[in-house]
Amino acid sequence: MLNAGDTAWLLTATTLVLFMTLPALALFYAGLVRSTNVLSVLMHCFTIACLVSILWLVCAYSLAFAPGAPWIGGLSKAFLNGVGRQTLAPNTTVPETAFFMFQMTFAIITPALIVGAFVERMKFAAVLLFSALWLLIVYAPVAHWVWGGGWLNAMGVMDFAGGLVVHLTAGASAVVLAVLLGARTGFPADLKPPHAPWMTMVGASMLWVGWFGFNAGSALTAGGDAGMAMTVTHISAATASLVWVTIEWAKFGKPSLVGMVTGTIAGLATITPASGFVGPAAALAIGLIGGTACYFAVGIVKRSFKVDDSLDVFAVHGLGGTIGVLLTAIGVDAALGGAGLPSGQTMAGQFGVQALGVLATLIWSVVATYGILRVVKIVAGGLRVDREDEEKGLDQTAHGESGYNI
Amino acid sequence: MRYIVAIIQPHRLEAVREALAGAGVQGLTVTEVRGFGRQKGHREIYRGAEYQIAYVPKIKLEVAVPADVAERVVETIRTSARTGNIGDGKIFVLPLELAMRVRTGETGAGAL
Repeated sequence: MLNAGDTAWLLTATTLVLFMTLPALALFYAGLVRSTNVLSVLMHCFTIACLVSILWLVCAYSLAFAPGAPWIGGLSKAFLNGVGRQTLAPNTTVPETAFFMFQMTFAIITPALIVGAFVERMKFAAVLLFSALWLLIVYAPVAHWVWGGGWLNAMGVMDFAGGLVVHLTAGASAVVLAVLLGARTGFPADLKPPHAPWMTMVGASMLWVGWFGFNAGSALTAGGDAGMAMTVTHISAATASLVWVTIEWAKFGKPSLVGMVTGTIAGLATITPASGFVGPAAALAIGLIGGTACYFAVGIVKRSFKVDDSLDVFAVHGLGGTIGVLLTAIGVDAALGGAGLPSGQTMAGQFGVQALGVLATLIWSVVATYGILRVVKIVAGGLRVDREDEEKGLDQTAHGESGYNI
Repeated sequence: MRYIVAIIQPHRLEAVREALAGAGVQGLTVTEVRGFGRQKGHREIYRGAEYQIAYVPKIKLEVAVPADVAERVVETIRTSARTGNIGDGKIFVLPLELAMRVRTGETGAGAL
């Protein structure tokens, strides 16, 4: 039966999560690039939001959430077929239209996260084609496995708001994309610094607020689960922010704003899969572990592996999501303040299921992204803009506009 | 007449302006510029990665004065702009052939 309170909260949460992409993530990323690429980043996020919305209606929602096979949903809900004003989302107290919209905002932000891997050098047509294919081939199946009644769902995997579905798919795919696309000219020694760190802070702050919708909204009810999810989300974000800035302060002698707000996002990504299952003490630990691990991962990806995952999508989202998924198996224990393991399940058993979820999501994201990029490269006539356009900046060369007309 | 060009630290501009006003300088022109000298730019760190900032923000200050006060104006700029650190800037003095007030067409030291 429909519950008005639950529905009101889900509609609100949906609004918050769309706000995470438009404009929060767009600003977070745009501040980190050169001043001649600021509009291209905003454009990527905005276009992906529009494109995913249409595909979500056409078939992606159905492939993720309609009944089907263990690895992919069916097409019975393509174009929201059979879903009307009176239809409730299965096993919930909310209209299916609200659930459809809520999940759409997740499907929007996930490919938009990958923008961070290819900024300042990817062809616009290739961005569009990649994002569309990636939604259908990576996002929709993994969402079905984990949330839509697929095989991982059946095994009891715990991913409250998208450690696997959102952060690991985006993070793993980002690395593959960065490798196949190649580094920005001048990487790593001769790059321009972030052009507007203040913009990154504004974006991160709005992401933090939006994340309340992301995690607490994933409860799908306006009750205790949502309240606890919001609490642990906030605590983890605050903890990881302080952890990141403390490491920087100790290492370089100065606490930086960009470091502080990167820690915020690491803390938010890490708590995401755990947010509906753990208590506040676990949130402190998750923020501490996530913030520390993501900090060091940034250096390892860029300086040891020499991969230009430009805005650290894997280090922050991929690794954060993975750690969160694995720690969920521990933090869910009632003795540690969690919601409690499913009856008959042990911590070790749950950890195995979580690890299997990580492995499967990682492998599928890597393999499928590689295949998609091979196709996109042929169809779009290459993935990269030419060297001269890259040096001039994509704002002028791809979009014919300037971010700053002074 | 002399044309004095000074490249100074941006945060010293107000001190220099006040000192010059006290020394009787009637007007000056200020531009935000970027450049490097022996200091060779500086480094900034974002997410643990070091970026070499080749051009450091500076203020370029230009002032035209009668020849007999040039030396005093240069000294005023030097003492008010100085912090003692690397990157305090440079002062250049050029001969000035002509100065003209746009409104009246008046020329020479009277136009300054």
